[in-house]
Formats: sequence, structure tokens, C-alpha cells
Amino acid sequence: MKKISLTVLILIIITLYSSISFADKKKNIDHITKNLRCLICQGQSVYDSQSDFALSMKKLIRIKIKEGNTEDEIYNFLKEKYGEWVVYEPEVNKNTIFLWGLPLILFIFGGLLIIRKVSIK
Amino acid sequence: MKNNKIFYFVVILIVAIFFVLLLGLKKEKNYSPQSDLKKLNNSISLKELYSGKNIFLNDLLLTNELNLINIWASWCLPCKAEHPYLINLNVKFDINLIGINYKDNLDNSKKFLSDLGNPYDEVLVDSDGTKSIELGAIGVPETYLINNENKIIKKFIGPLDQDDYENIINLIKK
Repeated sequence: MKKISLTVLILIIITLYSSISFADKKKNIDHITKNLRCLICQGQSVYDSQSDFALSMKKLIRIKIKEGNTEDEIYNFLKEKYGEWVVYEPEVNKNTIFLWGLPLILFIFGGLLIIRKVSIK
Repeated sequence: MKNNKIFYFVVILIVAIFFVLLLGLKKEKNYSPQSDLKKLNNSISLKELYSGKNIFLNDLLLTNELNLINIWASWCLPCKAEHPYLINLNVKFDINLIGINYKDNLDNSKKFLSDLGNPYDEVLVDSDGTKSIELGAIGVPETYLINNENKIIKKFIGPLDQDDYENIINLIKK
């Protein structure tokens, strides 16, 4: 009896573990493809698109994850092939520094204006 | 006086942002391939169309002449339009032409080549499109000119036309 319950317990643990790891992988693929631009369908991510290009890209990402590649390695591989444009979130570099810095500058400037207004009152 | 300074600062800032956005609007939005030389990934292996044998793409590239990789499919109409240019290149010039058949029915692709002529020295099969992604392709037809160091020196997205054909000939003659 004990043996049977132990076997059932092990089976339940294996099933739970495999379903959790499958869900994690699926979540990871979805996360990566949502951050990739479909290059032939403007305004859509690879995740959203059903184009041939996006379907092949999803399949390749699945293969890369299976091979043990990390998220960053996959982005770098695709950036090397298609350039920075393929990723939705651009890296901070000399071309994008204004893009990243402007909201911060405006935020600080606005904050200073509000502080001054309040302190004058 | 201070209010004036803030006013001018805000106006200058808005004008600057306006011009930045205007420049952004004029920028090409469609994907265009990078022009810098990229070495081919040497781990790309594909099946040969007729024998079904696995072949590494790098093993097919020649070092004594230019290599042209053409991604095509029998269901792709623009591929039919560029086919005569490929036939001419193969007949008239010393160029190593490799065809990659993209997401196609193998019988249809063989029929396509027997009907229109086979310009390729080797025909490989990319049945799920992943190998083409590894090459940096976005669809069919696409053509890459590769030098003797296995570097992509020119990418042609879309069907080859007369200008592209002449461009390739000039590069062969160089």
C-alpha cells in the first residue's frame, strides 16, 4: 500500500514539475516574442503576428530556448542578424541617449517648477 | 524677467522636440538590411533538395569565385519573375549559385525547376523557415552576394530586377 501511494506521489510531483516547466518555457517564449518587432508587418510584434516570418521566428526561438540559450543571447543573436530595430526596447547608446534622457530631464524640470511654486506660496 | 526666461526655454524646448519628431517622421520606417559586412553563421545545415542529404552551407561556398545565395519558393510569384536573371547569371558568368527553397512542397519545387530551368549549383531546403531567419532573411525572394571570405557583401530583398542584375555583374567583374 505504502509503495503504491509513494509511486502515485512521485507521479504527481513529476506531472506538476513538467507542467510548471512547460508553462515557464511558454511564458518565456511569449515574453521574448512580445519584445521582438515583426519586420514585415508594421506595428505588430512577433508574438501578435501570424506571418510566415513571425511563425519561423517563434519556432527558432523555441529551438534556441531548448538549446539552453538565455533571453539576452537570443536578442543578441537576432540583433546581429537584423540590427537594433528588431527589438522593441532600444539599448542605451549614443543614438538613443536623448530618447532615454528626455523624459527624465522633463520630469526633473517639472518637479523643480512645482517645488518652486509651492515654496513661493 | 524670470517668467520670460522660462517662457523662452519652454518654447525652445517645444521647437526642438518638434524638429526631432519631424526628423523621425521622415526616417525610413521599413526594415532595411544593414550594410556592414557580416560573416555567415558556419553552423547552418540544410537538406539537399534531391538527395535529402544534410549539408553545411559553408561547405558549399567557394573561395575562388563569388557566391550567390537565393531564397525562393515555387508558390512565390516574384521568384518566377527573377528566375531568368538567375539563369543568365549561371549561364554567362562564373558564380556559385546556391538556392534555398523556403517553406515549400518539395514536389512543387522540383516541378518549378524542371519547368523553368535550374540555375542553381546546389539546391537546399528550408522547410520551416528557421534557417532563413538564421541567415537574416525576412521572406522570399531574397538574394545574398557572398565574397571569398564568407561575408555577405550585398543583400537584395525582393525579386532581382535589371538594376540588381547589372549590379551583380559589376561585382563579379571587379
